[in-house]
Amino acid sequence: MHDGLADGREADDGAGPVPLRRSPAFRIGMSIAVATGLYGISFGALGVASGLSILQTMALSLLMFTGGSQFAFIGVIAGGGSGAAAGAAATLLGIRNAVYGMQLNAIFGPRGWRRFAAAHVTIDESTATASGQSDRLEQRRGFWTAGLGVFVLWNLFTAVGAFAGNALGDPKQWGLDGAAVAAFLGLLWPRLKGREPAAIAVVCALATVLAVPFLPPGVPILVAALVAAALGWMSHSRTRPGRPLETEGLEPDVDPYAHHLGGHREPADPTKTQNRTRPQKRTKKEPGQEGGE
Amino acid sequence: MNLWFWVVASCAAAYAIKLLGYLVPRRWMENERMTRVAGTVTIGLLASLTAVNTFASGQSFAFDARVGSLVAAAVALILRAPFLVVVIVGAAVAAGLRLLGWG
Repeated sequence: MHDGLADGREADDGAGPVPLRRSPAFRIGMSIAVATGLYGISFGALGVASGLSILQTMALSLLMFTGGSQFAFIGVIAGGGSGAAAGAAATLLGIRNAVYGMQLNAIFGPRGWRRFAAAHVTIDESTATASGQSDRLEQRRGFWTAGLGVFVLWNLFTAVGAFAGNALGDPKQWGLDGAAVAAFLGLLWPRLKGREPAAIAVVCALATVLAVPFLPPGVPILVAALVAAALGWMSHSRTRPGRPLETEGLEPDVDPYAHHLGGHREPADPTKTQNRTRPQKRTKKEPGQEGGE
Repeated sequence: MNLWFWVVASCAAAYAIKLLGYLVPRRWMENERMTRVAGTVTIGLLASLTAVNTFASGQSFAFDARVGSLVAAAVALILRAPFLVVVIVGAAVAAGLRLLGWG
């Protein structure tokens, strides 16, 4: 399957391609697929606990397929918000996927029908796996392995979680509302690199809590999105040109599993990805890569 | 309106946004300001969702077992626990505190 997707253009990189089984991007992509796919269980269980049906929960994983937005949707519904507010929160949280898409398009530009398939599996994990590689073929393999791997396992485990959650009965008795709190903090945590993201998080959390008594459920979350957008817009004016964005923690290098794989991921800046030389420590950690260079 | 409508509409919007990234001209992505705003909105929304799920009960404040989940999840994250463990810790603490009669 992956061989079929990584056809033809191998010659781009000059060196002979590494076989798929020894491909570092393939191995990293598979590890990420398993780790991420497993927590589909928590999404499935929390989805039905929030009041969605099993089918609606599974539809979100199949069709929306972007974890943060899916959790946002059920988070708003669980808090008593309307479907419209849930959809707005999910959509706003999905905007970063457009940025990932632009970066991936610049890195390996899929063509034809693959572009439409690639769009659907453009998520945090597939972007991080692709951008962690410097070789064109490895970037493509990493993207498809993580993207398709997470897609299959995420949907499988969403179904498991949804049926299990449905069988549990009273979600509060099992602490599933506490699980939702932990899930959102877990999604936020890897993005809090540096002072600025942390400050934005605190300001937005405070704005939300202050707005809760005055607005219908779900709407305070959209107020926070507006505050965050304004902060991003204004703080950009203060940024010196050329200052690396990664210090702001705003790059799509979000990968909660990086430390489990012993890897450090670099941001998906296509100019860097295409031109930089591979740091020595990465080569040591990913011996399979040596054959390709 | 029917919840199914919003489920399907939101899924369509999510796919359209993803596809947009592949279709817009490349020079658009050189706009650092949009990249920044996409990043800050992501952080702001996740922080906001954490806050709402911890402290809101409909339109009023609550200080209940979920606060315990928040603290326990933060500790688990500081200890570098994997995501699924963090979620299970959050559930266990809320369920445990309720067994003890709080929240």
